[in-house]
Amino acid sequence: MSTTKMHAIQGVNAALHQAMAEDEKVLVLGEDIADPEGGGITGAAQGLSTKFGDRVRSTPISEQAIVGAAIGAAMAGYKPVAEIMLMNFTTVAMDMIFNHAAKLRFMSGGQTSVPIVIRTLTGAGWQTAGQHADHLEGWFAHAAGIKVVAPSSPADYKGLMLSCIQDPDPCIFIESAGTMFIPSEVDDDQGPIPLGKARIVQEGTDVTLVTWSSQCIRAQMALEGFAEAGVSVELIDLRTISPWDRETVLASAQKTGRVLIAHEAVRDFGPGAEIAATINEELFGKLKAPVRRLGAPKCPVPFAKALEDAYIVQPADMIAAVKGLMS
Amino acid sequence: MSEASNAPQPDTKALVDIYRRMVRIERNDDAILSTIRKGRLQMPYYSARGQEVIPATVSHFLTDEDQICTIYRGIQDMVAKDMPLKPLWAEIAGRVDGTCKGKGGPMHLTHPETGVMVTTGIVGSSMPIANGLAWAAQLDGSKRVVIAYFGDGASNIGAFHEAMNLAGLWKLPVIFVCPNNRYAEHTSFEKGTAVDKISKRAVGYGMPGFTIDGNDPFEMYAHVATAIDRARAGEGPTLLECNTFRFMGHVLGDDMKYMPEGELAKAKENDPLPAFRQKLLDDGHATEAQLEEMTQQIEQEVAAAREFGMASEVPSADELRRDVFEQEMSA
Ligand SMILES: Cc1ncc(C[n+]2csc(CCOP(=O)(O)OP(=O)(O)O)c2C)c(N)n1
Ligand SMILES: [Mg+2]
Repeated sequence: MSTTKMHAIQGVNAALHQAMAEDEKVLVLGEDIADPEGGGITGAAQGLSTKFGDRVRSTPISEQAIVGAAIGAAMAGYKPVAEIMLMNFTTVAMDMIFNHAAKLRFMSGGQTSVPIVIRTLTGAGWQTAGQHADHLEGWFAHAAGIKVVAPSSPADYKGLMLSCIQDPDPCIFIESAGTMFIPSEVDDDQGPIPLGKARIVQEGTDVTLVTWSSQCIRAQMALEGFAEAGVSVELIDLRTISPWDRETVLASAQKTGRVLIAHEAVRDFGPGAEIAATINEELFGKLKAPVRRLGAPKCPVPFAKALEDAYIVQPADMIAAVKGLMS
Repeated sequence: MSEASNAPQPDTKALVDIYRRMVRIERNDDAILSTIRKGRLQMPYYSARGQEVIPATVSHFLTDEDQICTIYRGIQDMVAKDMPLKPLWAEIAGRVDGTCKGKGGPMHLTHPETGVMVTTGIVGSSMPIANGLAWAAQLDGSKRVVIAYFGDGASNIGAFHEAMNLAGLWKLPVIFVCPNNRYAEHTSFEKGTAVDKISKRAVGYGMPGFTIDGNDPFEMYAHVATAIDRARAGEGPTLLECNTFRFMGHVLGDDMKYMPEGELAKAKENDPLPAFRQKLLDDGHATEAQLEEMTQQIEQEVAAAREFGMASEVPSADELRRDVFEQEMSA
């Protein structure tokens, strides 16, 4: 089977090209998204407008109008993929996303549906500070009616994007800075990867480490440290935050009896709290230690490099937490 | 009532059709009011009594393929578009036979078969979604048009600006219809809006804008005809500000103390329904007997719909797991 070495964004690009070629109902819109404007902030849409013409439209800086246009077109049979340049900018389109895209199927009693994908970039590490780097997956995971997807590997970027486009319901697709710099081989015929299914990155027997997106990358950087400490860690990449793969996480937690959850989002009220609570409800008495969570402190993403490094949960923090769970 | 000479003119058939739609709105509104007052229906109700000419005239030009996005005060817009009344009544009663199985209610009625695509309770949100439906029509190469209904107050929300700009830029087949009923909840138009006419804003979005007497079917007819022709011809959107008044205040039970003395009474003198009826009779477009028969038919339809709706079953709690996603959620 032939493969190509690619970055995360190239995985997205490949998925968009494939989906637009396979289904003429797929549309792409967003700020700077067409080729004359550069194919979006990361170039993920490069080549699309040249190939697919009017199905790809650069838009004004109008996040409500972008998501609204995607919703309306979706209700009329299209499959729009909207780029919201940065995840913090979803805040100005929250009414469209939360009150409309997520709810219209239910509120119409199933008469209408909104099969849109919102692609959005985020993540600390680029010193963009408090309004350009938040991981808001918890906000969207709290909403009924929208799926939240946050891949870490290039193959998953491609396969999960294909699934999001095919999905009959709205999906938020998070593209995080921390996942962008490690290229890997992707099968040329990489197809859709089911939503709601986690990936076991490494099997282990002592501690289950639940991560996704950028923290799955940082967890992989900690694997050697876990081994040096003599701890066998089962690393799970959740991949879809909502709906999340309870089966895989609970099976692993039952096996190891110890769970650490690490995400880039703020720890307090973060998705880790939901996962921890579920594990406690399902496995109370079978655990060898309380479930632990690592996440960002409750402060805005800072600018200064030293502060930004301290803000992000680092591989060393995970190694320390894993050791703590074993003692 | 004005009848500008070079503008599109309604013939007898059109006038009677517009009047029929107005009566359908008003008789249905009256039935909702009386059912709520009898305590048989619990719902927040935003009557549009007084505004009937606007959706009646707009809907005269629409087919089932044409679509509307409307607001919590939009039951009139659906009734004007000939949405069937039985599922409407079942929905406002929160029953399984409702258009939305009782999950949307009076502020969120949806009925794609007759083009009622979105009814939103969020001020201003009808417009960005109407654009998307219109974008689809454009891509389909269809002649379908989309109406975005919204209030005068909604013209001050950011979504208005974003949606109007995009519609103007992409020349979308959408008509922005704003019944300016002079109030947004309790705040008068003058206290909330920096310009004296919302239509003036159209120039900023590269589209024509008009301020019309929204209680005058002839003026409405001329402007709606032109706007819809323009949209169907691919020439882009139009903003129609239609001046009118809401006789029942913001929501049923509104004491209307925020209105200056006499304002409501003066507005009611300009009630479009009796005036238009008289005009039809005076100009020989219809006879008293014809209009009476029409009204009776509508009343029968409304009564049957009310009976149907109130007799429909209440939804079961399983419905909470359905329609969140296409795939039913596990229990
Ligand atoms: C975003 C938002 N803000 C506030 C409200 C509360 N609200 C409901 S109706 C309304 C007044 C809107 O007035 P207008 O747009 O003129 O429409 P009308 O009710 O007069 O038909 C307000 C403020 C809301 N529903 N949505
Ligand atoms: Mg108003």
